[in-house]
Amino acid sequence: MASGPSKALLAEIASRPGRTIASTLVKSLFITVSLGFLAALLFAPLAIVFATALEKGVVLYFASFKDSDTLAAIRLTLTVAAIVVPVNTLFGVAAAWSIAKFEFRGKSILITLIDLPIAVSPVISGLVYVLLFGMQGWFGLWLQENDISIIFALPGIVLATMFVTFPYVARELIPLMQQMGNDEEEAAITLGAGGLMTFFHVTLPKIRWGLVYGVILCNARAMGEFGAVSVVSGHIRGLTTTMPLHVEILYNEYNFVGAFAVASLLTLLAVVTLVIKSLVEWRTGYQRH
Amino acid sequence: MSRPIRTPSILPGFGLTLGFTTFFLGAIVLIPLTALVMKTATMGWRDFLDVVFDPRALASYRLSFGASLLAATLNGVFGFIIAWTLVRYEFPGRKLIDALIDMPFALPTAVSGIALTAVFAENGWIGQHIAPFGIKVAYTWIGVVVALTLIGLPFVVRSVQPALLEVQRDLEDAAETLGAGRFTIFRRIIFPTVMPALATGFTMAFARAVGEYGSVIFIAGNLPMKTEITPLLIVIKLEQFDYAGAAALGFVMLLMSFIMLLSINLLQTWGRRHVVAAGR
Repeated sequence: MASGPSKALLAEIASRPGRTIASTLVKSLFITVSLGFLAALLFAPLAIVFATALEKGVVLYFASFKDSDTLAAIRLTLTVAAIVVPVNTLFGVAAAWSIAKFEFRGKSILITLIDLPIAVSPVISGLVYVLLFGMQGWFGLWLQENDISIIFALPGIVLATMFVTFPYVARELIPLMQQMGNDEEEAAITLGAGGLMTFFHVTLPKIRWGLVYGVILCNARAMGEFGAVSVVSGHIRGLTTTMPLHVEILYNEYNFVGAFAVASLLTLLAVVTLVIKSLVEWRTGYQRH
Repeated sequence: MSRPIRTPSILPGFGLTLGFTTFFLGAIVLIPLTALVMKTATMGWRDFLDVVFDPRALASYRLSFGASLLAATLNGVFGFIIAWTLVRYEFPGRKLIDALIDMPFALPTAVSGIALTAVFAENGWIGQHIAPFGIKVAYTWIGVVVALTLIGLPFVVRSVQPALLEVQRDLEDAAETLGAGRFTIFRRIIFPTVMPALATGFTMAFARAVGEYGSVIFIAGNLPMKTEITPLLIVIKLEQFDYAGAAALGFVMLLMSFIMLLSINLLQTWGRRHVVAAGR
């Protein structure tokens, strides 16, 4: 690399009065614009969630969680996440192993297809399952005859959530595993380790922080999904409403304290997700992207 | 030149993991999406065109794509400024703000929807200060733009940040000693390096905005022909059990997603080539 201009020359330029004033001005302008923009669009909405939830006092805030429909919504959200996240984690690890460790034809197409749910509107993610399993859908009649309900029931909500959160673990792991190469795994196999042993003792320790973040993000998206779940849920109060859908119901009933109280739980979930992300980045010492 | 289907490797598990991946991908994503295309195909051409070019549908495209384009442009401008501020300047709270940029990724869309509505309603924290100027945000198309801007912000900032870090500071210094003004340096050195990343971020923000549903429906007011986005029109058709109509609109949106996904991939390829060509 060619050496730049001399230190003395740079210092001389930097100290020219016009330049210092201009750069200080630009700096304050940029910081002000950035903070102003974020304050209006991000900080104010975050603050108003808690302000509205607590505006009638702490007692009423906690009372809103005693409502049986609210409790049912929380339980449903946890159930959905408990099914979706492990399945998508297993998928993400398998996809990352096949894509990062091997060279094969059609790999880039496979990666694009895995990313597809991120580009598709959440409403479409729900719509496709209604077309398959809804009353007038392909399997609608058969399901009805056999008394199986998928749409407007738990299985539909699980499927739609799975569709939406499908890529997150794989997307975290693929670049990480590609960057780490195959040498250590190949050494382990040559020395006689089995496939599973190699994965758990060689690969997993290297990717665990990326995996943690992928799982956490997948979980946050699964618990917070609105559009896709809204289409397949049927909004049956206390039965098929997840937390985000329950927020909508309470909000439309002008029960603002209740709506923002549930919203505050979801906001805390997002905050915890970001804290874990920062810890993971600090722990691995690398900046994502 | 025929490449083998798979380059040999001593690592195990290729068949198992690839098989599981493609099976799961097919079952959860591809077969359901095929159902959407098939459902659309069962409509006649006339019916399809009637649904897709219905005045109400056309109005919804105008809003969905227009507001998304505007939001992505705002994100391009402000996202660049924020990325620049985070990369180039030291100020108290910088790390915290950097971490908070990802908030719209993690925050459920329904929460951002009701929170933005509360902030921008006529009696809200910000809404009450702009209402005297005759500017209404909540329940108008401006509200749609505001919601979509929040959703798309992280895409631009997170694309531009690493690109800004790659700008060679000694090139800037050299240009300055040779007498280049700050604007020239920006135009000739910084902008060309960051351009591909900015374009990628813009396209990702746009793609995300077009499909967005949760945060928009609370703030939009949802008046037919005026503040009704295309995803909402799909939901309305489903509620009326008009599966074919919903599928046709879904098909149009899916087509747009494919086109945008393709452009993102092309932009990223261009970006990589661009960086190499810039003499690294």
